[in-house]
Amino acid sequence: MPIVLIVAEQQPDGHLRKATLNAISAGRTLAEKAGAELHLALLSKDPSKLAEELKVQGVKAVHTAAAPELEHYLAEVYAPVIAGLVQELKADYVGMASTAMGKDLMPRVAARLKAAMATDVMAFNGSGADISFTRPMWAGNVFAEVKLTTPVKVFSARATEFPASTGGQPAGEVKAFTPKLEASKTKFVDFKEVKSARPELTEARVVVSGGRGTKGDFKEIEALADELGAAVGASRAVCDAGWVPNDLQVGQTGKVVAPQLYIAAGISGAIQHLAGMKSSKTIVAINKDPEAPIFQVADYGLVADLFKVLPELREALHKLKE
Amino acid sequence: MDFQLSDSQRALQETARKFAREAIRPKAPHYDETAEFPRDLMSTAYELGFMNQGIPAEYGGSGLSHLEQVLVCEELAWGCAGVTTSIFANDLANLPILLFGTEEQKQRLLKPFGERMRLSCFCLTEPSAGSDVANLGSTARRDGDHYILNGSKCFISNGGYADQFTVFATVDKGRRHKGITCFVVEGKPPGLTVGKHENKMGQRASNTVSLTFEDVRVPVANRIGEEGQGFPIAMETLDHSRPVTASFSLGIARAALEHSLEYSAQRQTFGKPIREHQGLQFMLADMAMNVQAARLLTWQSAWMLDNGQKNTLISSYAKCFAADMAMKVTTDAVQVYGGYGYMKDYPVEKLMRDAKLIQVYEGTSQVQRIVIAKELFK
Amino acid sequence: MKILVTAKRVEDPESKIKVKPDGSGIVQEGLKYKINPFDEIGVEEGLRLAAKHGGEVVVVSIGGKEVQEQLRHALAMGAHRAVWVNHTGTLDQLALAGLLQKVAEKEKPDMVILGKQSIDDDQNQVGQYLAEFLGWSQATFASKVESLESEQEKNKVPALQVGADGKTVRVVREVDNGLATLECALPAVVTTDLRLNLPRYASLPGIMKAKSKPIEELTPEKLGVDVTPKIQVLKMSSPPPRKAGIKVPDVATLVDKLRNEAKAV
Repeated sequence: MPIVLIVAEQQPDGHLRKATLNAISAGRTLAEKAGAELHLALLSKDPSKLAEELKVQGVKAVHTAAAPELEHYLAEVYAPVIAGLVQELKADYVGMASTAMGKDLMPRVAARLKAAMATDVMAFNGSGADISFTRPMWAGNVFAEVKLTTPVKVFSARATEFPASTGGQPAGEVKAFTPKLEASKTKFVDFKEVKSARPELTEARVVVSGGRGTKGDFKEIEALADELGAAVGASRAVCDAGWVPNDLQVGQTGKVVAPQLYIAAGISGAIQHLAGMKSSKTIVAINKDPEAPIFQVADYGLVADLFKVLPELREALHKLKE
Repeated sequence: MDFQLSDSQRALQETARKFAREAIRPKAPHYDETAEFPRDLMSTAYELGFMNQGIPAEYGGSGLSHLEQVLVCEELAWGCAGVTTSIFANDLANLPILLFGTEEQKQRLLKPFGERMRLSCFCLTEPSAGSDVANLGSTARRDGDHYILNGSKCFISNGGYADQFTVFATVDKGRRHKGITCFVVEGKPPGLTVGKHENKMGQRASNTVSLTFEDVRVPVANRIGEEGQGFPIAMETLDHSRPVTASFSLGIARAALEHSLEYSAQRQTFGKPIREHQGLQFMLADMAMNVQAARLLTWQSAWMLDNGQKNTLISSYAKCFAADMAMKVTTDAVQVYGGYGYMKDYPVEKLMRDAKLIQVYEGTSQVQRIVIAKELFK
Repeated sequence: MKILVTAKRVEDPESKIKVKPDGSGIVQEGLKYKINPFDEIGVEEGLRLAAKHGGEVVVVSIGGKEVQEQLRHALAMGAHRAVWVNHTGTLDQLALAGLLQKVAEKEKPDMVILGKQSIDDDQNQVGQYLAEFLGWSQATFASKVESLESEQEKNKVPALQVGADGKTVRVVREVDNGLATLECALPAVVTTDLRLNLPRYASLPGIMKAKSKPIEELTPEKLGVDVTPKIQVLKMSSPPPRKAGIKVPDVATLVDKLRNEAKAV
């Protein structure tokens, strides 16, 4: 039986990166179409706890590698370990969520396996041995159906396109394997977390974004986000100006998001921003300029001063809860 | 016949477009409003080689051909014609040195412009001698190794900030245009007084002043060409600068056209965007057609210079046609915008004010027609 | 130090991309082309490093004759010379990385700097493939702590910090929820993120000088790389269009619509 191997991601704080659950769903969709088994790989200094979490995700097996060298993620260390496992299992597909780690690691794994790769996969098509991948190009202006012709096929899955896996029975087997460790030419120095109590942008159900119209004052954006349990996003101009941290940027060149609800306040809607959010289910635009291009993609547009209406909106939403 | 631009020509155009879009345009309303000298834009323009663009690399300039200058200046003027006039003033003022100076003069008088930002101005027009150049009243009297200059000049671009002045004066008023001689005045010598910055209708970002020369001493070594050669020097200089002046019109008019296309798609009357009304379509089509016609004349006039051909006739066609075209197109742009077009909150009234100056400076549209007629009667 | 940078030719990010009716590709007509914006950031970083540490910036592009335009752009920015791998036809990331590997082996740079992705196929793979093929250290998504309006940026200080012994480079990477710093042994492959720097303008004298800078021509055959595609694009399509939205007059209507129509709150 063919094998689909999904690589799980452990965050620096030791928890599972939530996008892993979306990647598992993607892997399951692929496994069903390809008539394959779904396996997981987990690399960590100590994988035991996460392995328990993962084995109930409806997978055949969780392959764990434990080593002190695996504490901090490094592509050069992880890639040979995963490639080694793929070869050992004779896996046909290997994939991961399109997170920063997924994007950094999977191409190196693919290179090691002389395999072709599809990035940001949104859907799988076909069946059996005849599988193709749908992925975005030109910042999501084009969807391409691509076929990989190498024996092993590598992919990263866009988390927003697959639901988070909610588990399945029976529990899979946890199998430890000995990692093929290689000396790394790269040293991990440090990781500076941008602490936020809010959900991760690409994982959030609701995103509230601010643009130039905020003039750098994000208080109202943040207050509304907290009311909705939403993530905060921003336009490129706002990040470039250093008003908010870089990793909040939504757009072609920043993060691509597709939440249930996207609220854009004071964002004019440059092409590159639209590319990062136009797959959102419902889009609300609030802007003083009635001609702002953002209104062309918004389901609901409100021509108004954000500093006036955001507090009103927050109040109104708060009342709904009561 | 080849209308294809080369890769490097397109690269020049692209870099100018980027500078105009990212640097000039955002600041244009400010400089239009305040009439301040756009020093920050000028110094970036200097660093990027937009200033002194026509001076060959061996004398410290960017070494652009005439066609390349025309391509670049259309883009800059699209950003702001006033700023572009300021940027290009050096090139205009230094043309006489480039065209008629000795090697020693080029080394001494042009090269410093490549070492740091220095400004230069072209001093031809006088209160009572604009179009009628032969009637020049400023005088130059030989005194040993020097000439002594007296007289006044007006409407001098960048005059208030210049480090060097290219001045036309007559050594003998009785000889009319055969007495005119060209000099380069360096620094701010005693006797040179700068008048107030004129409060202009348009192109307000360019500094325009009057200058008074009172017994200003200029070394003989700074005389460009021979005594009495000033008139052909001035005429040849204008032959060379006309294509660029025409290109300013292209930039202004193209900006007006683009604004009009955009606005007419948004603005609705009688239930549809105004550009779906035929009346508007006729206007927009005429605007676009005339911009392109002026562009081809402008390119041709520059191309002739690059190919060593005399371009007096064609460059006069180009300058005159382009200037009149820009006036018409910008006026129509205001019309497309209706009442809003007349308001300073919208961008098109500035373009209309800026365009007007091109019909006036460096030879009015009437003088261009006189030159054209003279060429036709030859 | 010697730095190899890439200059891929891509569609202008401002242009509207439309898919051909038969799904065989995008409509090329009327499109403008530029250097990949991420590559341009790479060229800028290379120039800053060369200005600080001395050395040479070599720019490489792969494609038909038209990619010389992008090479000239990098040369106009200040790169010293160019390598053009002449090939027309589709190339996938395996092939691109294979070609770059051979160029890197020939040029022996201390660093290869590439854009993290090109804005046409958005694969985000070539740098990582290249690092693995070369067996080099890799640092993707290079960024910096300082903002693009900082003094460091105005003074064109390189963000990549080369160690005093010249044997390592420190790279601040943009990753999920923060910034990770790596120290890579040189030679290394670095890919650029958006906020590494603001690329300089190509100056007019720079463009004029670029005309006479050398471009060396190579081919996949000369480099001995098999470029048969392993990725086949079967079909392209446009994303489903969004249905036209409405303007709401006030917050109350908005909340009502969100609750009862979109069921989003």
